[in-house]
Amino acid sequence: MPLGANKAAIMGVAGVSKADVVLLATNNITSAVSASAFTSGITSTYGEYIFKFYGMHPATDDVYFEFNVSIDGGSNYNVTKTTTFFQGQNAESGSEGGVAYKNGDDLAQGTGYVRLATNLGNDADQQCAGELHLFNPASTTFVKHFYSRAVTPHSANYANDAFIGGYANTTSAVNAISFQMSSGNIDVGKIKMWGVK
Amino acid sequence: MTMKLLTTNTSSNASASAFTSSIDSTYKVYVFKFYDINAATDGVQFTFQGSTDGGSNYNTAITSTYFASYHYEGDSDADMGYDGGQDLAQGTGYQPLCNDVGNDADQSEAGVLYIFAPSSTTFAKNFIVKSNQCGAGDYTQEQFAAGYFNTTSAINAVNFKMSSGNFDGTIKMYGVA
Repeated sequence: MPLGANKAAIMGVAGVSKADVVLLATNNITSAVSASAFTSGITSTYGEYIFKFYGMHPATDDVYFEFNVSIDGGSNYNVTKTTTFFQGQNAESGSEGGVAYKNGDDLAQGTGYVRLATNLGNDADQQCAGELHLFNPASTTFVKHFYSRAVTPHSANYANDAFIGGYANTTSAVNAISFQMSSGNIDVGKIKMWGVK
Repeated sequence: MTMKLLTTNTSSNASASAFTSSIDSTYKVYVFKFYDINAATDGVQFTFQGSTDGGSNYNTAITSTYFASYHYEGDSDADMGYDGGQDLAQGTGYQPLCNDVGNDADQSEAGVLYIFAPSSTTFAKNFIVKSNQCGAGDYTQEQFAAGYFNTTSAINAVNFKMSSGNFDGTIKMYGVA
C-alpha cells in the first residue's frame, strides 16, 4: 500500500507545519551558489530532522547532488560516515530498467560528501527532488543515522530513483549540514528543513 | 492534515515498549518513530507486533516482505537484496524492524513504522517500515519491510522488543488525521 495522499502529512511537506512537524528554515536558491548550508536550528529540540529538496538544478551536467554534516557549526564538513547506495533506473527509451547496489557511490568510513543523487542532467527542464531524514543529531552517545530517497533525471535521459542510508560515525553532536553539487554550482533549487517533535 | 504526537516511550534496559492506548479510529495513520535504540545483546533483531485485545496478546497473523542494503565500515562487502529470513508468511511472531543489530556503546537503530487504519473491522491492516542500523559486525544496514496484519479485528496495541535481551531507546507514536 503506497503512502499516497497521506504522504504529505506523514513526511511533513510545505503547509503541514502545524502540530508536531515544524518548518524551521527554507533555503531558496534563486541564483547560482556553491553550497546551501543550515548552520542553526539543528539542536536537541527535535528527535528527527527532515530535509526536503526540489527543483535542484546543477550548473554543470552529469554531477552528483550530495551532503555532509558538521560537528563545529559549519566550520568543517568532514565527519566520518558509512553509507549504502542502491538505485532503480529506467531510460526514456524504455531500456536499461532495473535496480542494483552501486559500490562506487557509497562511503566506508569516508569523510567526503554523501551522494544523494548521481549523474544529474542540467538540461533546462531537468531537476532533482527528494528527502533526507536525520535522526537525533544532538546525541552525544550514539552515531547519527540518516536515510534518503531522491529522484533524478540522469544526464543521459533516464529516471534514477536513489536510496541511501547510513550513519555519521561520531558521538559528537551534529549541528550543521551542507548540500552541494560535486562540481559546479547549484543553479537554482529549494531546500526546506523540518523538525519532528 | 496534521501529524500529532500522542505518546513518547523512553526505555532504559527494558524488555519491551508497548503502546496500549490511543490506537483507535481517531486517526487514519499511526506513525511510530524510533531512534537511539540500543540493544543489550549483540546480533539480535529489533521487532514489533500488534494486538487485537489491548495488549493482552501480541500474536496477530502477519504476511510481510523485507529487503535491505548494507555496507561494512571496512569496505569489505556491500550489497542489497531480499532477506527471506526476516519476512513472515502468516506468522504470528514478531516482525523485524532491524536485523543483527550491534550493542556497542555508540551503536543504535533509527527509523519509522507506519500502520494504516488499524481500527478497521473490514480490511487487513497494512504497515510500512524504513530503518537504518549499526550492524553487529560494524556495518550500516538500511531496511525496508512492509506487510499486513491479516485480521479484520481492530489493532489497538503495538509492542516493540528485541528478539533477545533488553534495550534502551525512544519510540514516539503520532497520529495523522
